[in-house]
Amino acid sequence: MSHAAYVAIAYGAAALLIGGLIVWIITDQRARKREIAELEARGVRRRAKAKENAE
Amino acid sequence: MNNAPAQPSRWMALANPTRFIALTDRLLPWLGTAAAALLAVGLWLAFQAPEDYQQGITVRIMYVHVPAAWLAMFCYTTMAASALGTLVWKHPLADVSLKAAAPIGATFTALALITGSVWGKPMWGTWWVWDARLTSVFVLFLMYLGIIALTRSMDDQAKAAKAAAIMTLVGFINIPIIKFSVDWWNTLHQPASVMRLDGPTIHPSMLWPLIICALGFTALFLTLHLMAMRAEIWRRRVVAMRRMSARRAERQAS
Repeated sequence: MSHAAYVAIAYGAAALLIGGLIVWIITDQRARKREIAELEARGVRRRAKAKENAE
Repeated sequence: MNNAPAQPSRWMALANPTRFIALTDRLLPWLGTAAAALLAVGLWLAFQAPEDYQQGITVRIMYVHVPAAWLAMFCYTTMAASALGTLVWKHPLADVSLKAAAPIGATFTALALITGSVWGKPMWGTWWVWDARLTSVFVLFLMYLGIIALTRSMDDQAKAAKAAAIMTLVGFINIPIIKFSVDWWNTLHQPASVMRLDGPTIHPSMLWPLIICALGFTALFLTLHLMAMRAEIWRRRVVAMRRMSARRAERQAS
């Protein structure tokens, strides 16, 4: 294998791992936000909500 | 139970994450942009920098390997500080920080191991040796996996937080071992060449791109960590809201 190939593998692995991490964190955020929105739509309120609004 | 004294602490516990989310709402776009800009400039400079007179083009692996390894240790140090926050001050966000950081640290540790291995093959003639530096970083990776499992395996959040905090603090002993492993034992890995008491031994033409890449990776880590913390806060809210709705349903049924 040429030395350039080793460099390409290293940068490829970096792009794959970091890209995967970013996608996972964004998906996680969106899914949790959606769950909260669904629960709120069903009328579930957090106890702190009223206080936060008053703040 | 007396409700009055419990009220302010509960208020604090819930109000702090809310303020945190409002703060990160404003901070994250800037931090993310800074990370992207620093990484773009750093990597561009890295590919403009001269090749090494001995290592040739493979020295370019340094610009991801070194920042990844630095973040592997920086992330663990952040988690150890968070563990203190949980055990000493019982700060409501400390455990959120520890739990959110673990998968990010594991990813950067894996990246340091993979890029190191890919660099080792052409330069040392081997993918892997069980020497002090490589083994201690591998142990760090296993510890990240252990902490990830521990933070996600218990239903009782307070118990999980305490166990993970203790495990993280005990494991912190590994960080100085990693740092000084190249001085204390025989290893194929080169000794420190950036963070040295007598100053860096890398030529400025390679040091500056490396420093900018490291800053970019650090900004990226901070961005991802804050994002993961927000997701974790929301996850806990969902659990709390589900519990409340279940309780309400029970009350209505009885």
